[in-house]
Amino acid sequence: MKETLIEKLLFFSALVSILAIILIIIFICSQGIPLVARVGIKNFLFSTTWDPANGQFGIATMLVGSLLVTIGALIWGVPLGMALSIFLAEIASPRVAGIMTSMVELLAGIPSVVYGFFGLAVIVPFIREYIGGPGFSALAGAIILGIMILPTIVNIACDAIKAVPREYTEGSLALGATRWQTISRIVLPAARSGIIAAIVLGMGRAIGETMAVVMVTGNVTRIPGSIVEPVRTMTSNVVLEMGYASGDHQLALFATGMVLFIFIVILNLVVTASLKAGE
Amino acid sequence: MKKEITGVLLVVVFVLASVLAAGCGEGKTGPEAGIGKELTGSITVAGSTSVQPFTEVLAEEFMAQNPGSKINVQGGGSSQGIEAARSGAADLGVSSRELKPEEKELQEFKIARDAIAVVVHPSNRVDNLTLVQVRDIFLGQITNWKQVGGQETEITLMSREAGSGTRDGFETLVLNQQPLSDRALIANSTGTVKTMVAGDKNAIGYISMASLDDTVKVLAVDGVRPTVETVKADQYKISRPFLYVSTDEPVGLTRAFIDFVLSDAGQRILEDEGAVGVK
Repeated sequence: MKETLIEKLLFFSALVSILAIILIIIFICSQGIPLVARVGIKNFLFSTTWDPANGQFGIATMLVGSLLVTIGALIWGVPLGMALSIFLAEIASPRVAGIMTSMVELLAGIPSVVYGFFGLAVIVPFIREYIGGPGFSALAGAIILGIMILPTIVNIACDAIKAVPREYTEGSLALGATRWQTISRIVLPAARSGIIAAIVLGMGRAIGETMAVVMVTGNVTRIPGSIVEPVRTMTSNVVLEMGYASGDHQLALFATGMVLFIFIVILNLVVTASLKAGE
Repeated sequence: MKKEITGVLLVVVFVLASVLAAGCGEGKTGPEAGIGKELTGSITVAGSTSVQPFTEVLAEEFMAQNPGSKINVQGGGSSQGIEAARSGAADLGVSSRELKPEEKELQEFKIARDAIAVVVHPSNRVDNLTLVQVRDIFLGQITNWKQVGGQETEITLMSREAGSGTRDGFETLVLNQQPLSDRALIANSTGTVKTMVAGDKNAIGYISMASLDDTVKVLAVDGVRPTVETVKADQYKISRPFLYVSTDEPVGLTRAFIDFVLSDAGQRILEDEGAVGVK
C-alpha cells in the first residue's frame, strides 16, 4: 500500500514537470505563431529590419547575433574547459585538484549580472582602447560567455574523464605509450559521449544567457561587419523590450522566444549528431 | 492502466481548477465612483508608459490616504490611453504628447512636464548643439564630432530600446519620427545609457532630465540648457507635457485623484520623481 502511494507520488511529480514544459511550449506558441503567420515566416526569420513601432518584425540580425556570440564563446571556452578538465582529472594532485575544482564551482555561483558588470567595466573599455570599435561588441559577449560556460563544461567533462576505466590507462601506459598519447588517444575517445554532453550543455548555457550579454553587446539590430561591432541576441531582444511592449510588439517577442527555443533544439541535435558521426 | 488514466485525469482537473481560480481573482469592480466624502470604488488610469511610473507613485500615495479607493494603473502608450479614455475602457487616459487637433474634444489636465537632456562625456569640447544638429547626429547624417566643432573622432550613438517612453519622446520631439540610425547602441535603462556615455569619450546619448548627474555633461540645445526654469517657461525645446485626459468633466473618485495630483503634495511627488511641476 505504502509502496503504491510513493509510486503514485513520484509519477505525479514527474507528470508535473513534464506538464510545466508542455504548458510553456503551448503558451509561447499560442502567442508567437499567430504573429509569425501574419508577418510570414520568411519575413520574420530573414528580414533584417526590426522596427516594432512600424510593424517591421525581422529577427535575422538577432539570429546572427546569437550565433556569433555563442560560437565565439565556444571557440575559446571549449578548449579552455577541456584543458582544465584533463588537468583536473588526470594530471593534478588530489590537493591541487580539490582547490581548483571548488574555484571553478565558485564561477558557477557568480550571478550573471555581476559578469555583465565586469564586462561593462573592464572588457568593453579594453576592447575600445586596444582593439577598436565602440567596445560594446560580439567579442565582448563571447569573452564573457566563454568564462560563464566553464563550470558547466568542466564539471561534466571532468566526471566523464574520471569515469574512464583505470585498466584502459594502465594498459596504454604498459604498452609504452606516453602520458599525452594515453590521454589523447585512449582517455578522450573513451570519454567522448560525456564530453559531447558537456559541450552541448555549455552551448545551451551560452545561447540562453541574457543579462550579461545585454550589458556588453550594444544591442544594435544590424548585421555586424566584424566581431568588434555590436550585435543583439534573441534573448537580449526579449529582455530589452518586454518592459514596454504591447500588442503585436509583445507577440513578436514571444515569437522571438519561440524561435530561440526551436533554435536551441536544432543546434543540440546538429552538434550531437555531427560529433557522434565522427566516432 | 486504468489507475494511470485516473491519475492523469486528477492532474488535469487540478490544473484546470487552479487556472479557473486564478481567472476568477480578477473580478472587476467597475468605475462606480464614490459619492460624498467617503471615497470608495475603483478607477482605471491607462496610457503613456513614460508617465506610468509617476502615476503609480501618485496612485499609491492617494490610496494610502483614501483606503476605500482603488486606482488601477496601466501602460499601453499615449495613443492607446487616449483611445481608452474615449471608449470608456479607462476613466482617465494618460498622454505624454500634446493632443492632436481631432483629439481636442477631450478634457485635458496638464499634470507635469518632462525634459529629455542630451548628454556627452565630460571631456567633450562641444557645449551647444542646434536641434537640427542633434537630429542629424541621431539620424546618422553627422558621424564625426569635427562636423559640430569637436575633435576629429567618430560619434558613438547611445539610445534606448523601442517602446521606451524616453525614446518615444525623443523620436517625436527631435527626430520627427524619422528612423533612428541603425548604428546606435541600445540600452534598456536610463542608468545604463548614463554609464555608457560616462565611459566613452566619443559618446552622445539622451536621458530624462531627472537622472542627470556629474558623470555626464549636459549640452545646451539651441543655446538653452534644460533646467526646471527653462522647461517651465517652454524655452527648452526637447520637453513634453504629461496629460491626463477624460471624455466628460470628471466626477467622484476621478475628480478627487486629479485634484490630488494637482495639489501641492501631488506636485511635490512628481518633482521628487523627476518631472517638472506645472505650478
